[in-house]
Amino acid sequence: MSYQVNKKGYYGEFGGAFIPEMMHPNIEELQEKYMEIINSYNFRQDFISLLKHYVGRPSPLYLAKRMSEKYQTNIFLKREDLNHTGSHKVNNTIGQILLAKALGKTRIIAETGAGQHGVATATVCALMNMKCIVYMGALDVQRQAPNVKKMRMLGAEVIPAESGNKTLKDATNEAMRDWINNPVDTHYIIGSVVGPHPYPDMVARFQSVISEEIKWQLDEQMGRELPTRVIACVGGGSNAAGAFYHFLDTDSVELIGVEAAGKGVDTDETAATLTLGKPGVLHSSRSYVMQTEDGQIIEPYSISAGLDYPGIGPMHANLHATKRAKYLWATDEEVLEAALELTQLEGIIPALESAHALAALKKIDLKPEDINVINLSGRGDKDMETYLNYFGY
Amino acid sequence: MKNRINQLFQDKKENILSVYFTAGYPKLDDTVSIIEKLVANGVDLIEIGMPFSDPVADGPVIQHSSLIALKNGMTIKTLFEQLKGIREKVNIPLILMGYLNPVIQFGVEKFCEKCSEVGIDGLILPDLPLNEYQENYREVFAKYNLHNILLITPQTSEKRLVEIDEASSGFIYMVSSSSTTGAKNSVADFHIDYFERIQNMKLKNPRVIGFGISNQETFYNACKYAQGAIIGSAFVKALEGETTLDEKISNFVNQVVKTV
Ligand SMILES: Cc1ncc(COP(=O)(O)O)c(C=O)c1O
Repeated sequence: MSYQVNKKGYYGEFGGAFIPEMMHPNIEELQEKYMEIINSYNFRQDFISLLKHYVGRPSPLYLAKRMSEKYQTNIFLKREDLNHTGSHKVNNTIGQILLAKALGKTRIIAETGAGQHGVATATVCALMNMKCIVYMGALDVQRQAPNVKKMRMLGAEVIPAESGNKTLKDATNEAMRDWINNPVDTHYIIGSVVGPHPYPDMVARFQSVISEEIKWQLDEQMGRELPTRVIACVGGGSNAAGAFYHFLDTDSVELIGVEAAGKGVDTDETAATLTLGKPGVLHSSRSYVMQTEDGQIIEPYSISAGLDYPGIGPMHANLHATKRAKYLWATDEEVLEAALELTQLEGIIPALESAHALAALKKIDLKPEDINVINLSGRGDKDMETYLNYFGY
Repeated sequence: MKNRINQLFQDKKENILSVYFTAGYPKLDDTVSIIEKLVANGVDLIEIGMPFSDPVADGPVIQHSSLIALKNGMTIKTLFEQLKGIREKVNIPLILMGYLNPVIQFGVEKFCEKCSEVGIDGLILPDLPLNEYQENYREVFAKYNLHNILLITPQTSEKRLVEIDEASSGFIYMVSSSSTTGAKNSVADFHIDYFERIQNMKLKNPRVIGFGISNQETFYNACKYAQGAIIGSAFVKALEGETTLDEKISNFVNQVVKTV
């Protein structure tokens, strides 16, 4: 069985491109050209060079000794938090800005939740001298204020989305409307493995550098390429897709995604899509969606703005349906404790999103000989206020 | 049985006025009276909007009406209950317009069956693209005598126009300029070259122009290039305010089509 996208843009029964006709020319252009462009010599050269010299890749694979001791196992952290702009998001935005250039686009739009994708997009737009507009839920504009300021300083226009819950879903709606209204000069840099085909596949390919590095880094440090398991948090699922990518076809590697349960999966303040959702169509692809019986989208909730989304990438929907990957959830409280634990054991303050992956350590059986790789998708600077309020420092 | 949409386009060759409204707005139970009043004022075709929480192809006015309609408790099930018996009262074509996810959750076959039971003639589902329609929906729509109305925009390529014309039944919905609903408001914004280009293509389906039609001027201007035009946001907006539905609707329609 292949866990990759097929020609029609589906992962099993999930994916596709459920787009209004107004978006068709842009999506068709992307579908027809993305593989050729991203496989071209020039693109590869530029992409690899920028990842190395601008982003600072490879990101370290760090054996967390004190954590490992505490959990009586081997815990490696893939340090995406050390990337330029502070998260894995930049791997994708570097790829997409080069693609946008190759397509001759001059105006970039993006949606953002935590602001990490917005900052990563604003950064590459500054780098490439492109006009940049970032949609961000009005609530997220408040709770991720440092990132809003960074985006503005980088020259981007941040437009608060006032509809719905004023979070990531609403920012995505607004970005799609912008694209519909600007069909010629604009490229939409989607920040996760969601949206119509080819976005889920394209973003997964840009993020797959994470698992590619994990393989040779593990080999270098442990004399083996394959970990026992890989753990990553899942909002749309881009950091998880990147961390899983080169292990998808190796059944011996256990893949674990961690969703945001918010105040708990038995409350209505949660964002645990695979746990609570049903198959449906949101933001142009068929996947699991948190929805009412009538097919209206349920407003999600999570303390982490980057996971506060009622959908999930179709690749993950398929990995879930085929049981290739296992999806757990962690509550806000478990996540905050996990973040504090990492901070005090290893001196690393993680992003709230990434702390969901860390919280999984308490939920699985760990053996002394296991090699666990946790994808630390981002750093916690943007979340300091939340941490300080909760812990009362 | 002949579909009422085909009948309309056969009987009336110009200035077909189609009006969109959101079911369940302003009040949950306004649906049927809005339909009756539109018909009484001479509207030729009605698009009944099924509200959705995340209407990405819609501008602020329709987004707002959808939100209120959902708050009022509108669902597809309720809508079908409201529409029961509508065919004893009105005879013009009725189209349901909305997004795919609520239809999928209702059950596509069951949805089509209900449509045919209450007398719906066609569907407009902007996020059901041509290829998905052909592969998974065409047969069931046809079984229940439902036309699937497909959209075209100024950016639609000639090759695709031909494909859409081939796959269409009823009429083709020409989006006036690539935009969300209600985005443009003046005739100056119209892409006349696009209207003319399509007119010269001699497509087999009749065409109706929509998006940005808001008053008499834009309506008749659009009708120069197609058999009719659709008013959505401007009508939904006209439903706001203090006066009775009766007054709002007759004022609005009369102001658009004074001379008809
Ligand atoms: C640090 C970090 N990790 C993870 C995510 C979640 O996104 P995804 O699941 O697409 O990796 C975000 C999104 O904003 C983020 O900022």
